[in-house]
Amino acid sequence: MVEKLKIFLSRFYIAFIILFLYAPILVLVMLSFNNSRSRVTWGGFTLDWYRKLFSNGQIMEALATTLVLAFASALFATVIGVLGALGIHAMRRKNYQMMMVFTNIPLLNADIVTGIALMLWFVHFIPLGFGSVLLAHMTFNIPYVILSVMPRIRQMNLSVYEAARDLGANAVYAFFKVMLPQLASGIISGFFMAFTMSMDDFVITYFTKGPGVNTLSTMIYGEIRKGIKPEMYALSTIIFVVALLVLLAGNYRPGKKQKNQELLEKEMRR
Amino acid sequence: MKKMKKRIIRALLSGVLACSILCAAGCGQKSEGKESLTVFSYGEYMDPDVLEQFTEESGIEVKYEEALTPEEMYAKYKSGAIEYDLLCSTDYMLQKFINEGEFQKIDIDALENSKNIGDRYWELAKAFDPENEYTVPFFWGTLGILYDTSRVKEPVDSWEVLFNGEYAGEVIMQNSMRDTYMAALKYLGYSLNTNDENEIRKAQELLVKQKPDVQAYLVDEARDEVVAGNAVMAIVYSGEAYLGRQYNENLEYVVPKEGSNVWLDAWGVTKYCDNMEAARKFLDFLCREDMAKKNFEYIYYSTPNEAVINSLSDEERADETLVPPVDATENCEVCLQAEPEINDLMNELWKELKAD
Amino acid sequence: MKKTKTMNRRTLLASPYIVWVIGFTVIPLGVIFKYALTGQEGGFSLENIGAIFDPIHFKAMLFSLEIALGCTLLCILLSYPLVMALKALNMGRQSFVMFIWILPMWMNFILRLLAWQMILSNNGILNFLLTKLGLEALPLANTGAAVMIGVVYDYLPYMVLPIFNAVAEIDEDIIEAAKDLGANGFTVFRRIIFPLSIPGLLSGIVMVFVPSMTSFVISDILGGGKLQLIGNVIEQEFTKSSNWNLGSGLSVSLMIFVLLSMAFTTKNDVEGKGSAIW
Repeated sequence: MVEKLKIFLSRFYIAFIILFLYAPILVLVMLSFNNSRSRVTWGGFTLDWYRKLFSNGQIMEALATTLVLAFASALFATVIGVLGALGIHAMRRKNYQMMMVFTNIPLLNADIVTGIALMLWFVHFIPLGFGSVLLAHMTFNIPYVILSVMPRIRQMNLSVYEAARDLGANAVYAFFKVMLPQLASGIISGFFMAFTMSMDDFVITYFTKGPGVNTLSTMIYGEIRKGIKPEMYALSTIIFVVALLVLLAGNYRPGKKQKNQELLEKEMRR
Repeated sequence: MKKMKKRIIRALLSGVLACSILCAAGCGQKSEGKESLTVFSYGEYMDPDVLEQFTEESGIEVKYEEALTPEEMYAKYKSGAIEYDLLCSTDYMLQKFINEGEFQKIDIDALENSKNIGDRYWELAKAFDPENEYTVPFFWGTLGILYDTSRVKEPVDSWEVLFNGEYAGEVIMQNSMRDTYMAALKYLGYSLNTNDENEIRKAQELLVKQKPDVQAYLVDEARDEVVAGNAVMAIVYSGEAYLGRQYNENLEYVVPKEGSNVWLDAWGVTKYCDNMEAARKFLDFLCREDMAKKNFEYIYYSTPNEAVINSLSDEERADETLVPPVDATENCEVCLQAEPEINDLMNELWKELKAD
Repeated sequence: MKKTKTMNRRTLLASPYIVWVIGFTVIPLGVIFKYALTGQEGGFSLENIGAIFDPIHFKAMLFSLEIALGCTLLCILLSYPLVMALKALNMGRQSFVMFIWILPMWMNFILRLLAWQMILSNNGILNFLLTKLGLEALPLANTGAAVMIGVVYDYLPYMVLPIFNAVAEIDEDIIEAAKDLGANGFTVFRRIIFPLSIPGLLSGIVMVFVPSMTSFVISDILGGGKLQLIGNVIEQEFTKSSNWNLGSGLSVSLMIFVLLSMAFTTKNDVEGKGSAIW
């Protein structure tokens, strides 16, 4: 009985938190079907915005820029970040601490300060454009990669790597065969996190971008005053649904785990 | 052997780094050979089709950059990170650009379509560009009160309604320093361009007293809040009032009898522009009737283009939010750059007001 | 002996990152310091750093601190029951469960805040539902409470995830053993789960406290421009007043303050800094 109550309360509470996190998303999804240019009046149901979305060259271009940027910055950040984390981990305590402080600096600064500082620095050696935004995004992405890989490295069993080396594997081979699999979950979540951060960033992009380069964030910012274009809601809905599907597909495993997953999905539907 | 490996690793790593940087810088390279203009303006202030058509007709590529406020525009321009060729800003900010020598003279007469811009607007522009040699008017309007007639019974005709506390918690002010001080200064019977410290401080007193009654300080989002009934009244630009009334017919717009601000947004060519010919083509294109009409229909702010005004229906022309009549702007002033000390004082007081 | 050698060699792997840190973190930081230490008339000056004690700025700073502390506390209070609930439902360490908390970020940040604005406004969705239920409408729009909801909403995942991970790593056997020895649920939480989740909690605190201390967009959109956080002041100095020196000075003071408070939090956990973020 007590056990049942506990389960009920647990589900109820999880549902509550999920509602809290997804309520605004629900609102945006609804807006994408709203047949009115104004977000505050309901003009009936429509799919027009989805149709118009794909013929809007500007939005499509911004979407492409956003995705390429997020992917490239997350990829480069992951490479540099994973290597960096491995290296830092091997450092002596003092250097280790110093490097971790520097790693935290981009997280400590207000975005606007980072953005303006990078802009002022970039103008000295590259023209502002796509490239400068990419460099900026990598800069704030690397710390996320390092912070998510570091705990895995600390848990890693180094003796297996040593054993592989003793048995004649060269460093690169041993790295890929022995170390990398142990770090995989950290690397994947680091990459995913970096990708997400890049997609969501506005302030730093705004200051480091060149003329004519637009990401979805900077485009939305430009629309704040005159009212967000409903096509944006439609696009956000699509992005969200695709991400959700990818996630569900990626986690579909027959067997025991599936039951939990169904439970959770049920919670989400509530 | 080990040293060798060290070197290899080092080489590999610097290779990765170099590649990423090169790739990044490479992507950032400008497309050379093609004529292009870098244009800076407000967000959603122009129909994207107009830009496309311009590129089609002239072969000149346009890179469009957006900002939300004149101050932000100034900050980004002044950082020198991007060399803009043309920019569209607002009266007092244009004056600042002109005074600081950032603009080049434009041969207005050489612009074939500049005759479409009515004399009234060239006159207005003289407030900040006395010889009409630096700027070409683009949009204009007034600042006034948008209110919900279903909740405000008596007709509104004075700024007083914002300050008398009758609609406490239902009032939205502008989240822009100059516009908010404008309302207070005008209500007190002063010029909105006052350089008298006492008058500014009196306005400040009024605004501090008013703050508890203010629901929010917003910019153009204020319109949506009144449309949705979240607030009863707001200070808005006339163009926003027009849009608001499209969604909620109970809304009414008034330019208070004490006078207000008549604003004018215009284009200037910056000192960085080394292709004046292209810039001229662009400005001329914007003044062309069909393009001005397109832009007008994109945002419904008042246009200074008489050819467009003449093409409107009688009903539209009678709408004071679309075409503010001459008598409505009679005791309105164009906002100008304040003296540096006064500007600093206002900045300081504004911060104080917001932090209060 | 051999181990230290490979360790030493391994530090080389960090060289691209070190170059990166110097090029894109240290030097830009230097640029900010340069502005911060330059007076308005040029020349060295400490006035911009000291400007944090100006009553207006100090007030904004205190308000930021209030929001950041409140947000951190609320996130902790919301996270533990959530993690325990997930544990009760046996949703151990599934990546799917983790991604649920990150997924909302795939919708643009500004759009989500605008949606909150619509939910919380006077005639908004929340009040509509409340009045339908016969309850009184809540005047939340443009208040500190709305800003608080916004920051908690935005940063909650950063608190949930590390705690979730730390708790998921606890050996089930320890808990069973404690239960066998007669410990009730609360004792298990107090004596085992909570102490073992502390590394996660600490990184959660860093990840929530720091950004909520420096944010400005949330207070801008949900505070209706009536509430000034120190982040808003800094933003305005850069974009409205064009006083980059003051803006930089305030950010440097803010950075020092945040670093000091973080040093305080993580004093006992230097080694574990950033551990178990995911």
